Amino acid sequence: MISLVFSAHLVTTGLGPLFDGIGHAVVTPQDLLPVIAIALLAGLGGKAYARKVLFILPAAWLVGGLLGMTLMWSAPLGTTALSFLILGGLVVADRPVSEKTGMALAVALGLLHGQMSGVEMQAAGIGLVGILGTVGTLFALVSLVTGLVVSLERPWTRIAVRVAGSWIVAVGLLYLGWTFGTRG
Amino acid sequence: MQSIKPIVATVALLAFPSPLAAHEGGAAAGLLSGLLHPVSGLDHVLAMLAVGIWGAQMGPPAIWVLPVTFPMVMAFGGMLSLLGVPVPGVEIGIGLSALLLGFMVAIERRPAIEVAAVLVGFFAIFHGYAHGAELPEGQSGILYSIGFVVSTGTLHASGIGVGLIHRWDRGKRALRIAGAGIAAGGAWFTWLAVSG
Repeated sequence: MISLVFSAHLVTTGLGPLFDGIGHAVVTPQDLLPVIAIALLAGLGGKAYARKVLFILPAAWLVGGLLGMTLMWSAPLGTTALSFLILGGLVVADRPVSEKTGMALAVALGLLHGQMSGVEMQAAGIGLVGILGTVGTLFALVSLVTGLVVSLERPWTRIAVRVAGSWIVAVGLLYLGWTFGTRG
Repeated sequence: MQSIKPIVATVALLAFPSPLAAHEGGAAAGLLSGLLHPVSGLDHVLAMLAVGIWGAQMGPPAIWVLPVTFPMVMAFGGMLSLLGVPVPGVEIGIGLSALLLGFMVAIERRPAIEVAAVLVGFFAIFHGYAHGAELPEGQSGILYSIGFVVSTGTLHASGIGVGLIHRWDRGKRALRIAGAGIAAGGAWFTWLAVSG
């Protein structure tokens, strides 16, 4: 396995490491889209699942970030595209996943993307404070998206969520092309 | 009367986020290119609208199955392009997509949903392939991808919105006429692709 540093460009806000971390989560689509996907999935899964993801994902992200900062090793870039495909695909399918599977997905996403962020944050000298900023943003983002999806009642709104999932899958396929193709 | 200074300051901060924008200029250009690309070619626009209108004509589940199918298969076509897998006759395929999908709208054909999805998916490959091949150098690939997926989806939604007039008799006739127009446009673009 070839170890690669996460190619997402870490944005420096000029407002300090906490805001750099907050900004990182919002302007890095490689992180943002899978998080939105799992939040959509959690919302479709109901209140109980959504509440668990709300806390488990940021916690796993924090652990992953600390691991990344310590080990300075990132998973291969293609694994990020897999997050898009798996989570987006589950949103499109709108089939209930077992609670264990759902939790495992949240933990895996948090650890994988968290350690990628951790490597970037450490390299940029932002460190743990930046990770905490990102984790806070994720908590807010997941709570907003899951809250919105859980509250949807009309059938067509649930379909709109599935359409959003198909867009995430589409971006994931293209991202796979950019990663392994000749123009990436 | 409350002071408007906080509001003005907030608007100014939102309108001029220079610390972020200065660092991401190239990436923002990629997003903009992606958003504009699907609407910059009439052949793409006609086919996308036809997908939405046809879905609306057919009603549930086609009204959402077709717009869900198209972006994913389109992205698969884009991935083939990025991986360097050759797909022949891309421009002909795009022209034919407008021709045949417009024709389906014009005759208000209602095949089985599987048949419709396969037809739409087949043509989506050509559209995706063209999109994937046309990213300007130096721009962000992933933001370009997000831009053109969102833009394509918005075109589908526009087509569905137009197609909702199907509930009225005059609307049905108008949609069939529009379908004939799309098919005629598709025939023109196919001719250009074949002769060019």
